[in-house]
Amino acid sequence: MTTTRDWNDQRIENMVGNLLRAGVSLSAFVVFVGGVIYLARHGRSPADYRVFQGEPSDLKTISGILREAIRFRGRGIIQLGLLLLIATPVVRVALSIWGFAEEHDRLYMIFTGIVLIVLLYSLLGSGTAF
Amino acid sequence: MNIFEFTILVAAGSFAAGLLGSLTGLGGGVVLVPLLTLFFKVDIRYAIGASLVSVIATSSGAAAAYVKEGFSNIRIGMFLEIATTVGALVGAFLAAFVSTKALAVIFGVMLLYSAYLSRRPRPRAERNSLPDPLATRLRLNGDFPSEEGGMRHYNVQRVPLGFSLMFGAGALSGLLGIGSGAVKVLAMDQAMKIPFKVSTTTSNFMIGVTAAASAGVYLSRGYVDPGLAMPVMLGVLAGSLMGARILVKAETRVLRIVFSVVIAVLGLQMLYKGLTGGI
Repeated sequence: MTTTRDWNDQRIENMVGNLLRAGVSLSAFVVFVGGVIYLARHGRSPADYRVFQGEPSDLKTISGILREAIRFRGRGIIQLGLLLLIATPVVRVALSIWGFAEEHDRLYMIFTGIVLIVLLYSLLGSGTAF
Repeated sequence: MNIFEFTILVAAGSFAAGLLGSLTGLGGGVVLVPLLTLFFKVDIRYAIGASLVSVIATSSGAAAAYVKEGFSNIRIGMFLEIATTVGALVGAFLAAFVSTKALAVIFGVMLLYSAYLSRRPRPRAERNSLPDPLATRLRLNGDFPSEEGGMRHYNVQRVPLGFSLMFGAGALSGLLGIGSGAVKVLAMDQAMKIPFKVSTTTSNFMIGVTAAASAGVYLSRGYVDPGLAMPVMLGVLAGSLMGARILVKAETRVLRIVFSVVIAVLGLQMLYKGLTGGI
């Protein structure tokens, strides 16, 4: 019994490792592309982050970010990359639920489910979605 | 300064922070916010938002390498993530009501404490403790590859204390935009008597999930500015990846001393600016 569990754990851990690497690489690439576009268009404007204004709603909601990114706006594409980055650990947790299900580990499916709900609430429930 | 120059300078500073953070194992996130606020005069809320995003990047990048080595304990990580994610959410909500001056003061204290922790010799955790009933019920005990070869078993202790400390670590992470790896390792290594190597790798594994829990709140509140987060995230990520690559050959003892002094000086400066209202 222990050997099957170890084998499953190992397989899940490998998958998790690959997922994390892919998520980070993809988001870094998208952020970089967005950054190039942003700098090409706005590089000569003065930089000012002394005064906090908060971002416009187009850059703080998922639908707004998608709209801006499709229009090929640099800041929208960067924000899309950051969204992918935030989503990577969320997908990792979701994948773990499936992993624990394969091992028939009810207790840890519940624990992982709680973590997933907290993450989804932060991403979707706290006003990001619309 | 125009946006292009600003971006290049911030990227270079973030690269250095990521490199030093990964070489010394103290984490780069902890110096990012002081770097941005003290030297680049960025509003501390933007700085925290950018730092939080870069913490997810470095943690996920490093965890990808660690999980394959078999040190990190997925069950311990997942169980404690309940505490850290709820804590992170609470911290992120609190951040909206705490003044920027108070944030700077809390940050300064946290930096001084990190510097102190990194200099203090680590008391050796006792081995071969008896199994704790709660830890056994939660199936937290595990094995890891030991230096002598073969697997070594460990029994996790004081689960409620560790869980509470993890809530604190999460709240700190959500409030200040840091990984708070130092507090996480403290909770696992010192309170729960988990072997150091398992503690550090599991902590790294948890940091990304913890930071993601507060990042959503920061994003929806408009604290994540793409123009600032872009050079910070790319710089820190590149720096920490390079650090991980040269870590094997580098002599890090002197570097650790230098970096902990830097952290202490930044802590004093944050404290001063927060108390005198310069932020």
